[in-house]
Amino acid sequence: MESSLSILVIDDNAIRAAIIEQGLRDAGHDKVVVVQTVNGLLRRIADANPDVIVIDLENPKRDQLEHMFQVSRAVQRPIAMFVDHSDSSMIEAAVDAGVSAYIVDGLKRERVKPILDMAISRFRAYSKLTQDLKDARTELADRKTIDRAKGILMKTKGLSEQQAYDLLRKTAMSQSRKVIEVAQSLNIASGLLGD
Amino acid sequence: MKKTPPVVIAGFIPLLDSAVLVAALEKGFAKDHGIDLQLVRETSWANIRDRVAVGHFDVAHMLAPLPIASTLQLTNLAVPMLTPMVLGLGGNAITVSSEVWWHMRDFGAEVDGDPVSTGLAFAKLIARHNSMNKKTLRLGVVHPFSGHAYELRYWLKAAGINPDEEVQISVLPPQLMPDALATGQLDGYCVGEPWNTASVQTGVGRIVTYKQAIWPNSPEKVLGTTKRWATQNSETLTALLQALSAAADWCGIPSNVGELAEILSSEPYLNCPPEICLPALTGQIQFDAETSRLILDFLSFSGGSHALPNPAHAVWFYEQMLRWEQADVSESSLFLAKSVFDPDYFRNALGFSEEPPVAVLPFADMAS
Repeated sequence: MESSLSILVIDDNAIRAAIIEQGLRDAGHDKVVVVQTVNGLLRRIADANPDVIVIDLENPKRDQLEHMFQVSRAVQRPIAMFVDHSDSSMIEAAVDAGVSAYIVDGLKRERVKPILDMAISRFRAYSKLTQDLKDARTELADRKTIDRAKGILMKTKGLSEQQAYDLLRKTAMSQSRKVIEVAQSLNIASGLLGD
Repeated sequence: MKKTPPVVIAGFIPLLDSAVLVAALEKGFAKDHGIDLQLVRETSWANIRDRVAVGHFDVAHMLAPLPIASTLQLTNLAVPMLTPMVLGLGGNAITVSSEVWWHMRDFGAEVDGDPVSTGLAFAKLIARHNSMNKKTLRLGVVHPFSGHAYELRYWLKAAGINPDEEVQISVLPPQLMPDALATGQLDGYCVGEPWNTASVQTGVGRIVTYKQAIWPNSPEKVLGTTKRWATQNSETLTALLQALSAAADWCGIPSNVGELAEILSSEPYLNCPPEICLPALTGQIQFDAETSRLILDFLSFSGGSHALPNPAHAVWFYEQMLRWEQADVSESSLFLAKSVFDPDYFRNALGFSEEPPVAVLPFADMAS
């Protein structure tokens, strides 16, 4: 069996880097090094002597890295992005997921593909995670806004909580707006009128 | 029923010369020409290149040599590209640390950005440096295939400095240059505005010379797209070029400078103080705390016939790629490079019949 590939993950986002590292280890890759783009990066790359480098696309130092790969004598072998240029669906999937990879020239494509697939799926999982978190936060904030609007209606019009919510919903429907929008308007108006 | 306007997704890097794309959106020129323009801010030229190549972006703000390098397969993810319009001329400068400038003054550097005296002074400094076995001076550029890299190398070589041996040139994102200079990781750099002014205003650096003095009215950033997108969307491209031309004209009117600085410095774009955008936009360049000069056309947003890509400029860029051993000599490469800077798209879109203006190239070029 061929010796296992060494993989370097460059990502300033520590949580995402940990998720990718775990995924790679779970898949049986034991030579995984994670670094952030701090100073002395070139030396750390040279020390790790990786076969595959995975980097996030948000990283502003990608141009710098590519240049290092081109000119540096410390990084032994020339490194090119993707083994085979013709595999456009994989390239697209990677760019879509927000990840890019560099590999040692001459490495067999079958050996690298599972690593890239893994990186792509973990990047996607991370994006979904952050999106879910964002949605949850928005939902919480929305609920607070609606609660406040209900409270105003209950106080000023002497309604029950259910009646207050029904009124908000009816108003929203009649104006083709969302309940949250009506609640926001009401809160603003109420603020202007001094509660 | 009204047709929905075609969506054009354009990538850009937060630099002053993204102005034409930004103005096309913010001042409604794209909408006027029936284009739903969507701008996406990017963090690296590698991302711009990759996302244009895979079709995430229809067009992008690009370093002028980049579409040529991609077409000649000199970069990763190389695809045939096209430059249908120039988005900005000039706008770069070379800045050195205050300490380096202090020595350069001793060696006779002029204060007003003259490339010859500053280059010779820098050469003398390097000679002394080497004779004392000091650490090699480190200079930064934003990308190996960039106007910055070629201007810096041109300036050095013209003064007799071998850029590959006597200095160390590294690549760094533009917005990180002032910091790298302040912390001593770099001794100087060549970058677009406002990242020279940023170092001057903090007193960390000094502008020694600028693109307009090295190569007057030369293309810096271009609109780049793939040949495939241009062929498949010729009507949309025509409308886009008309919109961008109108936007470039708007950017070029001096009385709009304040508003343009306001827009460009805002959060979705450069996200910086508006003051640091003004010197390059007005041409009132502050070289250091004491010296400022009015440099007309320090940065200009083409418009009119200056926006025409000129095949002669593409040839110059290809020659630089040869000169610095980034590319191999071949007739077919020369032909391909020329074909990237195709003036016909813009000419047809704007109804111009004239040829691009005669290309002015840097003096005494390959001889040195």
